[in-house]
Amino acid sequence: MKIVVCVKYVPDAAAHRKFNADYTVDRVGVDGMLSELDEYAVEEALKIRDADESGEAQVAVLTMGPDIARAAILKSLQMGADSGVHIIDEAIHGSDSVATSLVLAEAVKRQGAEIVLCGMASTDGSMSVIPAMLAERLGMPQVTFASEVTVEGDTVRVRRDGDAATEIIEATTPLVLSVTDQANEPRYPSFKGIMAAKKKPVEELTLADLGIAEGDVGLEASWTRVEAYAERPPRSAGTIVTDEDGAGADQLVEFLAAQKFI
Amino acid sequence: MSEILVLVDHVEGAVRKTTAELLTIARRLGEPAAVFFGSEIDTAREALKHYGAERIYVLDSADLTDHLVAPKAEALAQLVETQQPAAVLISSNAEGKEIAGRLSIKTSSGLITDAVDVQAGDGGVTTTQSVFAGGYTVTSTVTKGTPIVTVKPNAVTPQPTEGAAAEEAVDVEISAAAKTARIVERRQRAATGRPELNEAAIVVSGGRGTGGDFDAVEAFADALGAAVGASRAAVDAGWYPHAYQVGQTGKTVSPQLYVAAGISGAIQHRAGMQTSKTIVAINKDAESPIFELVDFGVVGDLHRVLKSATEKALARRS
Ligand SMILES: Cc1cc2nc3c(=O)[nH]c(=O)nc-3n(C[C@H](O)[C@H](O)[C@H](O)COP(=O)(O)OP(=O)(O)OC[C@H]3O[C@@H](n4cnc5c(N)ncnc54)[C@H](O)[C@@H]3O)c2cc1C
Repeated sequence: MKIVVCVKYVPDAAAHRKFNADYTVDRVGVDGMLSELDEYAVEEALKIRDADESGEAQVAVLTMGPDIARAAILKSLQMGADSGVHIIDEAIHGSDSVATSLVLAEAVKRQGAEIVLCGMASTDGSMSVIPAMLAERLGMPQVTFASEVTVEGDTVRVRRDGDAATEIIEATTPLVLSVTDQANEPRYPSFKGIMAAKKKPVEELTLADLGIAEGDVGLEASWTRVEAYAERPPRSAGTIVTDEDGAGADQLVEFLAAQKFI
Repeated sequence: MSEILVLVDHVEGAVRKTTAELLTIARRLGEPAAVFFGSEIDTAREALKHYGAERIYVLDSADLTDHLVAPKAEALAQLVETQQPAAVLISSNAEGKEIAGRLSIKTSSGLITDAVDVQAGDGGVTTTQSVFAGGYTVTSTVTKGTPIVTVKPNAVTPQPTEGAAAEEAVDVEISAAAKTARIVERRQRAATGRPELNEAAIVVSGGRGTGGDFDAVEAFADALGAAVGASRAAVDAGWYPHAYQVGQTGKTVSPQLYVAAGISGAIQHRAGMQTSKTIVAINKDAESPIFELVDFGVVGDLHRVLKSATEKALARRS
């Protein structure tokens, strides 16, 4: 069984995230990392691999992005993934979700996969649409936002905690699976894992290798256009009171009443 | 005037407030046409008419409701093909965004998710999004195909106006390929009697600082007619169900008033509440980052402050 995990290199949410002059997200000038939500996808892949009785299951991690995006692959390999694929091409810069899903889908086809695993969202764009788009493009069943996963032979069963109901969803491989942060507890790379990762193969591919025309991806090919952005003005400093002798509750209720909430 | 398709979000025919919001937005852009999936149109009709639906397309097929996402996207794509709407509006929840994503590819149309405002503009729409945990606002337009926009709750105040609500049953052909992820079991969430978290005008949330006791948080919420939320730390500890988690991996809320009790204000929590109009926090640590966000903050023990504030709020109301 082959499991391909799609991971993203994102700016650290704790750093000051910003935009480039062309309105794309700055991925180079800000500290970056493997999207924390993709760690759950890597962990789930490792669990499925390790439970596979044939002992021949393999986990490959796939990312697209500039040179430094390789760090996302490296972290996944340190956690225990077997190999990496890095799609790196100048023309990719500024790709939207539609173009991203095109590139990832072609790369998955090239690899071949029984299970394509994704995180529930990226921590920067947080659109949560790539897994559904991949399923659409690959013509595979979509089992997404899984908070619990069981694999039995070629049947995958997941629990999806929706807005109004909890659903149990079933499908057979090959399929696209995405997991939430409820699905598991991602492992930390061990010292052994960190050493072993250095020797694991990482293949670099260009758009040409995937048979994708440059004009189909990147900022120019995007089907939406950012017209402007503005940094949100910092909230004006509020009133802070210290609760002494129970006065805090009085002041709180006064405030809420003045604002017509009570 | 061109139609604007609005995908109706409903629970067994009970139309959600977000759909009333979408219909209100649709009127700015063209003629609102509701798309209803399911068999409970009799329950839903009045609400759709009341918020200005000129047309209602009813697609009643088990194929749509027994499988995950794909058939709904396929059905919408067929409607887009036949009706040629000027835009498609969908609620920004997990399923809505996934339907939108697939529809975007099927119809070769630009997709914008998580809009907090939508106005008429170039190519049909101009949208506003709040990104990076509310740190920036971004305005965008769609440059290809039929704009597909998912809209966050509370983007507008729903404005009632009677629509013609001309009803049309639509037959759709769902491919076998779209029916490969089966919903084998569905458990409806039990009602709490409180407003829906992402629709509520007021949300009161508790965090690790509750120490696991949500009584004071719930009582204060009830005194204000509010929904109850929780931080991930409280959810991970098993103190409150995950369905009530506010933040990056939980619900995004944008109420008139957000009260954070015993919550430190981590970036992932902020991502779910930073666009709230008024923010109040109760935290015993005066240095807690949550106080950087607040309009009003109380440094103190949350149990003590909330218990007393609940009594005072109730006394004022009576
Ligand atoms: C990928 C990822 C996704 C995440 N998603 C989310 C998410 O969706 N939502 C979310 O909330 N978090 C999320 N987190 C977790 C987030 O980083 C924080 O760990 C979490 O929000 C902390 O919750 P807390 O504020 O309740 O707890 P803490 O940070 O421990 O804060 C508790 C606060 O309570 C105060 N306190 C203690 N006792 C009292 C008392 N008696 N009275 C008053 N105040 C008291 C303390 O001073 C402290 O400020 C995510 C993290 C990651 C890595």
